[in-house]
Amino acid sequence: MTEFLQQLVNGITWGSVYALIALGYTMVYGILRLINFAHGDVYMLGAFFGFYIARLTGAANDPNPLRAAGVLLLSMLGCGIVGFVIERFAYKPVRKSSRLAALITAIGVSLLLENGGMLLFGADPKFFPQIIPSANVPLGMGVSISNQQIIILAVSVALMLGLRFVVLKTRVGKAMRAVSYSHTAAALMGISVDRIITFTFVLGSMLAAAAGVLVALQNPKIEPYMGIMPGLKAFVAAVLGGIGNIPGAVLGGLVMGIAEVMVVGYLSPTWRDAIAFVLLIVILLVRPQGLLGQPPAEKV
Amino acid sequence: MKQLLWCAGLLAVLLAVDTALPRIVNPYIAQVIVLCGINIILAVSLNLVNGFTGQFSIGHAGFMAIGAYSSAMFSLKVGAPWASELVAVGMAPFVAHGVALLAALILGGALAAIAGFLVGLPSLRLRGDYLAIVTLGFGEIIRVLILNVDAVGGARGLPGIPGWASIFWVGAGVAAVILLARHLALSTHGRALFAIRDDEVAAESLGVDTTRYKVLAFVIGAFFAGIAGGLFAHFLSYLNPNSFTFLKSIEVVAMVVLGGMGSISGSVLAAIVLTLLPEVLRPVREYRMVIYSLMLIVLMITRPGGLMGSREISLGWLRRRVKPARESV
Repeated sequence: MTEFLQQLVNGITWGSVYALIALGYTMVYGILRLINFAHGDVYMLGAFFGFYIARLTGAANDPNPLRAAGVLLLSMLGCGIVGFVIERFAYKPVRKSSRLAALITAIGVSLLLENGGMLLFGADPKFFPQIIPSANVPLGMGVSISNQQIIILAVSVALMLGLRFVVLKTRVGKAMRAVSYSHTAAALMGISVDRIITFTFVLGSMLAAAAGVLVALQNPKIEPYMGIMPGLKAFVAAVLGGIGNIPGAVLGGLVMGIAEVMVVGYLSPTWRDAIAFVLLIVILLVRPQGLLGQPPAEKV
Repeated sequence: MKQLLWCAGLLAVLLAVDTALPRIVNPYIAQVIVLCGINIILAVSLNLVNGFTGQFSIGHAGFMAIGAYSSAMFSLKVGAPWASELVAVGMAPFVAHGVALLAALILGGALAAIAGFLVGLPSLRLRGDYLAIVTLGFGEIIRVLILNVDAVGGARGLPGIPGWASIFWVGAGVAAVILLARHLALSTHGRALFAIRDDEVAAESLGVDTTRYKVLAFVIGAFFAGIAGGLFAHFLSYLNPNSFTFLKSIEVVAMVVLGGMGSISGSVLAAIVLTLLPEVLRPVREYRMVIYSLMLIVLMITRPGGLMGSREISLGWLRRRVKPARESV
């Protein structure tokens, strides 16, 4: 029982990271119907930006919570800019072409970020500095949680609530929802569709950057290819919850994180990468719109 | 009769190339040519699914892996002893190995086709992106499965596969897949596939059994992916699950889209371009993947319909291109 609870705690922490990345996928898909394959690589960049910022600002040598928060925010800012550049120079020119062309462009951007990362950061893994000294907090019944896990959970929840606020309560959020419903109708209502799309990319990239820094806190080994698998799985999480659906992405991320940790704990670590896709195929066959998604009305 | 002559001529040419080429070019160039051929088979077969039928599969590496591993296991356990027996009773080694290779390839292709059927049947009621995601998931599951089965080497890979696949066999595979795709495109069945791509509802209302045809396209595509996998295995003599990652599937999709959806010659061209590109860029080693990805992005921005669009290169097409130029003089 203790072991199960411990796995559950780890699973929820890991799942909240998936949820953060999945949110970016789901928002972009909701608005552009584009699977943004480069999203996992933005997450990787987030971790690397955090690494360099921590070194430059001295947060690596003198860990304190304020500096750690600064590292997180600056890295999010950096990835926000990267998201802006990607959208402006790669995705915008193909927006009017077929969705396949857009998809291949996304794949091209993904390869560019990975291999550009190899070139800039080098192929050897880097070790993320401990910007928060680690400590264990007992939760009772033999279950414990590290303070890093608490931070991961707290920051993720805060960011998700913030996103919820932006999407549901602000003008720009209202515009985002309108654009995801129909580009044409939104444009007729005086919404600048291009700006909303850019805003969505920036927002999604910032969340991915946060996920990158948070993961690096717990698993300090970072390398340019680290984004591929988490990116794919976060995407699967978004589909699991119902793609285009923001609460769905969070739920999907949590389910995925817990399932993965359980498989590693009780079955075998080598099956870890399969569970995500097995879950995916099962859900798509039983409930193709995802856990929280609405079945799409089919126009004939 | 004419067709038979064509085929015989083609095989003779391939045989000549097979014997002559290793003497003219170095093994590296020969290897690049073979890899071009294998990628052509993959791209054209995926084009049947993505380009002809408009379904979106990004799990082609999974079918390739099934074909590669099953044919390799067959050759290791059955084919190799069998071939040496045939040689012992006096058959020419080239023929004996060819027979064994052919059996292995057909087995690999058939197993991949069965997998294609099993994946296709339930998942083809999904559309667009969802189908893409299922095929992606399937490809990854196959890879993890192979990683976990010790009998096929797991993560260590599978060494010692007989290296029977020469340029002759790869060329024959390329010819087979192109001929099949071409005949399919001109047949009733091909028209049905195009109709599904252009408007599924309209096709169905005109009496096209859409599910049957979608599964058919999937099965044929998977079969040739399996053949390509088998050739790959018997050419490199070594298999590793890492050759069949999601990236391999993506590479093939890029070939199809870059060539132009539904254009066979486009797929062939793009397969050659995308195979050669990383090789040509070898001198600028560190930058090559960066340049490759940049070129992919730029090509998609400047030519979103692919290099060839849905056109085909043929004699008639070339003639038409030349003629207006002459008239304008």
